[in-house]
Amino acid sequence: MDNAIVLKYQVSTEDFTRAGEASSDVKGKLKQMGVSPAAVRKVAIAMYEGEINMVIHARGGEITVEITPEQIKMVLADVGPGIPDIDLAMKAGWSTAPDEVRNLGFGAGMGLPNMKKYTDDMKIETELGVGTTITMLVNL
Amino acid sequence: MTVQELIDSGSFQIINVGEDTDRAITVPFCCDLLSIAMGRAPAGCAWVTVMGNMNTLAVATLADAACIIMAEGTALDDIAMKKAKDQEITVLATELPVFDAALKVYQGLHG
Repeated sequence: MDNAIVLKYQVSTEDFTRAGEASSDVKGKLKQMGVSPAAVRKVAIAMYEGEINMVIHARGGEITVEITPEQIKMVLADVGPGIPDIDLAMKAGWSTAPDEVRNLGFGAGMGLPNMKKYTDDMKIETELGVGTTITMLVNL
Repeated sequence: MTVQELIDSGSFQIINVGEDTDRAITVPFCCDLLSIAMGRAPAGCAWVTVMGNMNTLAVATLADAACIIMAEGTALDDIAMKKAKDQEITVLATELPVFDAALKVYQGLHG
């Protein structure tokens, strides 16, 4: 991992107008590095879903992206409420998002399933009242 | 059919002309729920929607849509409009319902 490029982003609290900025930035940088469009799209979608989740559920957090020639690793860490039941949260269509979030077109319960679908590996570590860290890998 | 050819077809009102208008449109895609669009919008699609907030623009960029078509006479809100200009995303509009708008794109693609 000596040659890893590391990018760090702070995701702000309940700010939907800025949600997606970190993902857009990563997308732009990966494109510049010549990463394949298919891999760029996977990273962009998975990271954006994670970013939205952090805004909706966790009052923001921090995203670290580590890029090597072999893979892109995204670590999304928040100090939110934690996920009480991961199996339920992973179920497509299950959501605890409030109505105002649904009115914006989110909260369909597709976030975590999309993140899993678009990455080669996803690990969720969560503790109630402490926070959640999601680690996702996209192989290059 | 490229984004430019769709613009030139005169089928839709032009709200913003973005970058890369020589890009080929792959397929029309209809969806208003951003969570679904994020996971399902095919790369290079012409995305027909009535949802005009700035998250629509973010999803279009990240899911790599070729352009957005606002149907049913819907419009982008001010913040979304600014983002479309800043991020150079092509946005078109029509009074047509979603299906009819998508059909126009389909007909452009398949004669």
